Amino acid sequence: MGSKFMELLLNAVKDGLLLGGFYGAISVGLTISFGLLDVVNIAHPIFIILGSYIAYVLNSTWGVDPLLAGLLPAPLFYWLGVAVYRVYYRSFERRGEESLRGLVFFFGILFLIEVSLIITYGVDYRLVSAGYIGRSLDLGGLSFAYRLLVPFLAGSLLTLALFLFLTRSFYGKAIMGVSQDRFALQLMGADPVKIKTIAFGLSIATTSLAGALLIIIGPVEPSVGRVYIGRVFAVVVLGGMGSVGGTLVAAIIVGVAESLTSIFVGPAWSEAVSFALLLLALAVRPSGLFGR
Amino acid sequence: MKHTGKFWFGGWALAVWFVAASLLAGFPTAAQAAEKPIKIGFSMALTGGLAAGGKAALLAMQIWAEDVNKKGGLLGRPVELVFYDDQTKPANVPTIYTKLLDVDKVDFVVSPYGTNMTAPAMPIVMERKLTFISLFALAINEKFNYPYYFGSMPTGPKPYDDWSTGFFEVAAAQNPKPRTVALVGADAEYPVNALTGARKNIQKHGFRIVYDKRYPPATTDYTPIARAIKAVNPDIVYVASYPPDTVGMIKASKEVNLKPKIFGGGMVGLQFTPIQQNLGVALNGIVNYHTWVPEPTLMFPGIGDFFKKYKPRAVAEKLDPLGYYLPPLAYAYLEVLAQAIEATKSLDQKMVGEYIRKTEFSTIAGKIKFATNGEWAKSRMLMTQFQNIKSGDLEEFSKPGKMVVLSPEEFKSGKLIYPFQGWK
Amino acid sequence: MLATLLSQRFIRNQYFFFAGYVILQYVILATAWNILGGYTGYVNFGTSAFFALGAYSAAILINKLGVSHFLALVVAGGLVSGLLGLGIGYLTLRLRGVFFSIATLALAVVLQTAIINWDYVGGARGIYVLRPKEAPFFGHYVEFLFIMMVLLSLVSVGVAWWIENSWVGRGLAAIRDNEEAAECMGVPILKLKLFATTVSGILMGVAGAPFPYYITYLEPSSAFNLDYAVNSLAMPMIGGTTTWIGPVIGAVLLGTAQQLATVTISSHLNLLLVGVILVAFVVLAPEGIVGLAQRLRRRKLS
Repeated sequence: MGSKFMELLLNAVKDGLLLGGFYGAISVGLTISFGLLDVVNIAHPIFIILGSYIAYVLNSTWGVDPLLAGLLPAPLFYWLGVAVYRVYYRSFERRGEESLRGLVFFFGILFLIEVSLIITYGVDYRLVSAGYIGRSLDLGGLSFAYRLLVPFLAGSLLTLALFLFLTRSFYGKAIMGVSQDRFALQLMGADPVKIKTIAFGLSIATTSLAGALLIIIGPVEPSVGRVYIGRVFAVVVLGGMGSVGGTLVAAIIVGVAESLTSIFVGPAWSEAVSFALLLLALAVRPSGLFGR
Repeated sequence: MKHTGKFWFGGWALAVWFVAASLLAGFPTAAQAAEKPIKIGFSMALTGGLAAGGKAALLAMQIWAEDVNKKGGLLGRPVELVFYDDQTKPANVPTIYTKLLDVDKVDFVVSPYGTNMTAPAMPIVMERKLTFISLFALAINEKFNYPYYFGSMPTGPKPYDDWSTGFFEVAAAQNPKPRTVALVGADAEYPVNALTGARKNIQKHGFRIVYDKRYPPATTDYTPIARAIKAVNPDIVYVASYPPDTVGMIKASKEVNLKPKIFGGGMVGLQFTPIQQNLGVALNGIVNYHTWVPEPTLMFPGIGDFFKKYKPRAVAEKLDPLGYYLPPLAYAYLEVLAQAIEATKSLDQKMVGEYIRKTEFSTIAGKIKFATNGEWAKSRMLMTQFQNIKSGDLEEFSKPGKMVVLSPEEFKSGKLIYPFQGWK
Repeated sequence: MLATLLSQRFIRNQYFFFAGYVILQYVILATAWNILGGYTGYVNFGTSAFFALGAYSAAILINKLGVSHFLALVVAGGLVSGLLGLGIGYLTLRLRGVFFSIATLALAVVLQTAIINWDYVGGARGIYVLRPKEAPFFGHYVEFLFIMMVLLSLVSVGVAWWIENSWVGRGLAAIRDNEEAAECMGVPILKLKLFATTVSGILMGVAGAPFPYYITYLEPSSAFNLDYAVNSLAMPMIGGTTTWIGPVIGAVLLGTAQQLATVTISSHLNLLLVGVILVAFVVLAPEGIVGLAQRLRRRKLS
């Protein structure tokens, strides 16, 4: 009995870890837009779904490997993000009316994209196929489903890449700077608006890959995004707004918590777990684990 | 100054309201026709969650209308289908049906697709004393006990139980008899009902339940669930799921190598071609329900012709090209209505309703007779097993021998491969 | 309005009452949303949670406790949702507006999960509510529901009008414009915010309470439908958020358009239209139709 329990526990933790890596991948874009830029992009999950659909189309029409199908459209997503930000900036941020209308604006975008996807593709679930989906890697008595392992690895790499970019490169550091002190940034000669535009574009670019990862894990249809709104915000807030590393850690915490809840309490409540964590974090430590 | 401004607005608002109200009230519909057609009205899920099934059903119904009109119509008059998209939103049903009845003045109404969508129409139908045939509404009449309700779902008089009766009967007939069962399903209307029925069947056969849990319908990862089930080592695994979780559960079970003696049960989605193609050889050995498969025991008169007409149009409209699940029944339920109208030579709701109650009909979906509660007198929920799937190609699924019927006895077309051979 | 009503009774066209019910329901929801959204500046994405709670409270009263007196249902629905509003406000209103909005999203999901798992109200299977055939002197029950909705809409709009023109409204506007400054000036911001959330919640619950009788089959996915959240947000945005008449205009226009579309073009394009209009208004005409009309009038005067 004890060893069975241990086996279940180990597996729950392991699956949660893998899931967490994936949650990190989907949230890290929001860390930039919401955490660093203070733009409440609640449409973030639907961009991910858009990424999933594009990956689906590339995969099913030309057999492109899903990972590649996530990376290739990233530049397009970048420009899409830039365009969206420009509208947002001109309509709201410049006038200083971000809160109410900005939020509603992104909600409208969320709705628009979701409905457009429904009109174009219908509500049937879409899946991708690749050689590694459906197989597992057996290591030391535990089995790692590739379906989860690949997104975990890709997600972690993405997070690492972003972390390095933000801390080492000029534009990256400028982005970190603009979130803390835009005046100092202007003194440095960098245009804060341009920096913010680049950052937002980057955050949307990540959704391209995140979407591909999502559809590797399981079937996707347009309203799947809604379940993720709470998760990504929970992860970003818990991780401390703006901390990429914190996001990954928080994502893993959420992933493991969900996995444990699913196995030991029952799958019904695992979705609510991320929200409960979010509310808890807000009540107890709103600046998150690694917050500034 | 401020006040007059507000009154001006008030006036505007009222004017808009008045125009809107008049439009809604006296909505003009195209009414000409030299030979006044018989209108059959309904709402159908053409968008939203049930759209895949809804559009397939609509196609079948349109084929029916064309077939009838080619043969001279009903009672010498052409038949016309009047329908609107309910968007799979139950809140739209009352407005659509009252419009159909009060403004479009249809002669008969039939139901939307699905239980959630049909329920809101029942009170309207009941208070006007209409004959009402439903398309796949599970056990609705249990609450209403309306004598002129007729269901087209092939479950028998006890729908919740009949969904899984065949599955557990087949299991119990095996030697050595399996002992333990794991039940799992999505947290949604159909799976909850199916599991309730399953528990009754389990009790009847004396199986022991070792796992009984539900998961939220939008779960991403089914591995923890499959793992938890594997940990209790059940002989039988019964899953009641909708398409996304069907796929999720099967893939997860394959990954953790969950290998009971019988796997399957009430998984929606395994009847749909895109999912069958995606899962391919992993389907081998799964025992699941279906409403019609291309086995020799089910070749009813007219069904071959129906599929010849259905298939090319389904492909053109980007629907499930095989369409075994819903379309035959959508066609058949209109056949029942039409035959009753022809036989009684009237459009009177009560006469038609009484006729349907007492008669056995011959349709492309076989012989249909109704029990007193409006459900089918005998269950024809098929239990099939996927066998010999080699590639998961579309054409494979249209041939006999791939989805072998195990139950009910009169349609049996093969033997159960027991125990479950494991995942390929 | 009365003229159309009376004439309808003689034509015996029920479609009007069914469709009208939905539009009035949105008048109440839009007005309720706007008290917190337009007046105070806090965006509530979880309208469906409040609405569904109102509906389920009424359903419990009807089915389990045998209470079918209409007023009781409305009061119950309003109370429960009001409490929810108070609760969620208390938990999150000390934080930034953004967190309140996210919390309302979370609320909708958590509540829906809770209801799905609560077999007392039927869980995922839903709950059937049998509608009485007739109501005292209004004849058909749905006509009665319609008239009740008219009354409830008038009440909601009245509440909004009162708030707008009272010191409460001025306080809320101060919060909306600059919360920190308002606090410095001594405005009791927390109390006012809690008041707004609670009143908003009460009205949304009131909108939901008659719903079980209208639809006769209540189940989680339709009660918690995202449409309620989107519409109750889009309607004030389109109509205008600063005054009581904005939500009414938005609800009547958008609601009627949706009802007509359902029985004519009838497809998802109709939803797409809502999204496009919403974004267009938010970006181009943030004051809504009311604002546009005011601008037109000013130009005419000058």
